[in-house]
Order: sequence, then C-alpha cells, then structure tokens
Amino acid sequence: MNDFQKILNKNRCLLGFLLCALPGFFAQIAFPQERHITVASTTSTEQSGLFKHLLPVFEKKSAIQVRVVALGTGQALDMARRGDADVVFVHDRETEEKFLADGFGVQRFNVMYNDFVLIGPRSDPAKIAGGKDILAALKSIATTRAPFVSRGDKSGTHAAELRLWKLAGTDPLSGRGSWYRETGSGMGPSLNTASAMNAYAITDRGTWLAFRNRGELAVLVEGDQRLFNQYGVMLVNPAKHAHVKKELGQAFVDWLISAEGQKTISDYKISGAPLFFPNAQ
Amino acid sequence: MVNDFAAALSEALRLIASADAQLAQIVALSVRVSLAAVAFAALAALPLGALLAITRFPGRQALVAVLNALMGLPPVVVGLMIYLMLSRAGPLGQFGLLFTPAAMVIAQAVLITPIIAALTRQVIEDAWLEYAEQLRSLGASNTDAALTLLWDTRFALITVVLAGFGRAAAEVGAVMIVGGNIDGVTRVMTTAIALETSKGDLPLALGLGMVLLAIIVGLNLLAHWVKLSAQRRYG
Repeated sequence: MNDFQKILNKNRCLLGFLLCALPGFFAQIAFPQERHITVASTTSTEQSGLFKHLLPVFEKKSAIQVRVVALGTGQALDMARRGDADVVFVHDRETEEKFLADGFGVQRFNVMYNDFVLIGPRSDPAKIAGGKDILAALKSIATTRAPFVSRGDKSGTHAAELRLWKLAGTDPLSGRGSWYRETGSGMGPSLNTASAMNAYAITDRGTWLAFRNRGELAVLVEGDQRLFNQYGVMLVNPAKHAHVKKELGQAFVDWLISAEGQKTISDYKISGAPLFFPNAQ
Repeated sequence: MVNDFAAALSEALRLIASADAQLAQIVALSVRVSLAAVAFAALAALPLGALLAITRFPGRQALVAVLNALMGLPPVVVGLMIYLMLSRAGPLGQFGLLFTPAAMVIAQAVLITPIIAALTRQVIEDAWLEYAEQLRSLGASNTDAALTLLWDTRFALITVVLAGFGRAAAEVGAVMIVGGNIDGVTRVMTTAIALETSKGDLPLALGLGMVLLAIIVGLNLLAHWVKLSAQRRYG
C-alpha cells in the first residue's frame, strides 16, 4: 500500500542478505577461539612490555592463548574474586595473602621481582637526589611540600607507596589538594602527570624504563631494600568459580615458574637493562 | 608543540605505509564492532523513534525528555553497568561474554541507541507535522505512517545513524571496561591509543588517533557519496 513496501519488495535480496549476514557477523564476534585463559594482571607488567615478550613464547609452546586484562593489583584481584579471570599475576604480597586466605586462590608462587624507584625533576626542590634512604627522601618531600604524584588507585604500587609513607611517619593525605596529588589511574598516566607537573613519584622500574615521555624527570632515589617489589602468580580457586580453566591456567602458572619461563623473563631487556629478575623457587 | 604534531603525523604516515598487520587487525576490529553496534542500535532505535514521534499517549513528553537526556549517558557508567551484568558473578555471567568483542558491541549499542532514537524522533516528528493529515486521510495506521515517514526521511536518517557510528567508534571508557583492552582480542583503536598514551609514547598514540580520524572521515565520505547518488536516482 505504500512506498515502503514497494521498496521492500524491490530490495528483497539485499534485505535477505543483511538478515542472514548479521547473525554470522555477530557469531564470529561472540564465540572466538576456545583454548584460552584470562589473566588479571597489573599495568606494570603490560605497560613495561613484558607480556609482549613473554606470551608469544608460551603461546607457541602450549597453544593456549593468554588474554591479559591489565589493571591495578587491587582491581585485578577484585576481578578474579568475581570469577572473571583464571589466573592472577600481581605484586602486592599483603593483599595477595588476603585473597588466598579468603579462599579465592589455590596456591601462590613467587615469579620475579624488580624494584620501585623514586623519580622526580632534575631541579630537585626537596634536595634528595642520590640518596639511598627512601624514608628520609619522603620526609623531605613532605616538609618542603614539593609536588608528589600518587597512583591513588589501590594498585600494588599505591599500596607500597602508602606503606613507605607510614614507615616514614608522615601522613601524605594532609597534603591532599595541595602538594600530594592522587591521579587515581595507572602507572603510565601517573607518570605523564608527574612529567607535566615536574612532580616526584614512586614507580616500578619496569614501567619507568619503558616510559618515553620523561621530560625533566629522572631517577633520584634507588637501591633501598624497602623498595623491593615482588610479583606473585596464583590460579583462581575452581572450588569458588567452577568455570575457571584449571588445566590451562595451571599450565601457565607452571610455565612461568619453570626454568624456561624464568629464563624468558630475565631475557627481557630495554637497552641492555633487565626489567625483572626471576626468583621462583 | 609543533614538533609533537610533526612527529605524530610522520608516525601516522609510517603506520599506514607499513601496512602493519597488527594495526590492520585493530582497525578491522574497531570497524566491525562499531558497525555491529550501529546495526543493532538502528534496528531498535529507528522504529522506536518513529513510533514515539507519531503516537500520542500520556507521559509521552516526559519520555521524549528522558530519551533526549539519555543521549548524554556517560560511557564509563554504561561500561560499568554492563561489566556487572556480564561478570561471572552477575546475572548474565554464565554466557562468558565479558572481555569479548560481543561485550563491546553491547556497550556501544546501549550508548548509541538513545542517540539514534532521539534524533530519529525529532526528524520524523517534523515530517509528521507536515504529512499527518494526508496520511491519516489515506487511512494509514501508526505502523504504516511510521514506515512511510522512515522511508521518506531516509537521507536525514543516514546522518543520524552516522552520528551514532561516530560516537561508537570514538568511545573509549565503556569498551575499555567491558573489553579489557586484550591484545589481539578486544584491543580497538581507542583503547590502543589509551595504552600508548599510558606508555608515554605520545607520537605513536597521536599517530593512531590520526589513523582513527582518517577512517571515520573515510566512512562518512562514503556514506555521503551513497546518499548523494541515491538522491540523484530516487529524487
């Protein structure tokens, strides 16, 4: 009776094609390759480029695709608690232990370590460059009220930073809104912020070495034992979440702590400098 | 500043010239996801907008206002809601859709359905004011009238659908949350740009941004050309 129906008739082929093509198009998107695991990990392992180096080696050997979702440690563990990951690979011993104690993880293995460094502007208003004592450096930043960028995102790095402030006997939150600036984002974005504001920040060495927008920033304090940064890996407990891919996930965990996995980790270097030091035992 | 843009431009040209396989995959996924989202959204939103323009019922004005407001849905909120729905602990968890391109299609479709519906409602309502009497006198039902006006305003509606596509393709907050930016699986142009920004590789990030812009402009030119040639043929 109207134009529309006429056109509909005329274009029946096209319409039929669209109706048939759409579900196929969508199905392809909805049901990708089955042999894969999801790993909740941290921004530092992703943004430092480690996974790009590590995963192809594992995938080639095992024919298991590893899908990494990179978040802060706190968020990554939350994601696993909800059952959205098969394996967690993070770096905050304290919250990892809690995760295990709550029954969400099977067993935790040390994988590797690197260290945190305190970076800041070369002009160094807090006069801390070259120091070996991280607590003294933090105190000096607080007393001079020099700008300091914090992750503020419950990540492993954020947790480590807060522990150091506590050890230094300083409450940085009193400087909130003035010199203490929480970005609430990943390591990279926080470094971009620090670079733009010429602020101090605590970062893991891996992300720092891979970071390219340094501006006036440089490593000012390093080598303090309290800056040690341990990474651990756990299979999410299949008893809590039945759909966890137990065998595939465990294969990845086992490979990471195997001689081959450990060697692959230590082989990852940026301009000759290793980023992570394997220490599974 | 000028140097930054020059570096980004040469990075963009290098990316395109090298026909990098990984970049091609990211571009293809971006286009596929956003096209799927726009197809599903249009399928729901065009009839919805048309019916809302033609029918009269109590509370209709309030509904129109709400629909218009939903055009401003914050992507991160949509992302979070869909994340909670699709998470294994959520109501739709058993389908395992989280961190798949399907989840990204859903998020984008939810974001752009109100945009397409609200703009369609406006376009059709303007046409309805003009043709209502005529259509009614021919004894057209609401459905007939809606279909007729959708067809009559098709050229304006192409622009409406393109607006939806542009929003879908340029969106980052929601797809980052529900897709997870997984390399080779759910990494699209916008999340790749966010990642390179995180790494501090600003020229590469901006270069990718230029490639994205070029794709969106290209698709719009194509749609514009289709529209013009169709207009010439059908008048």
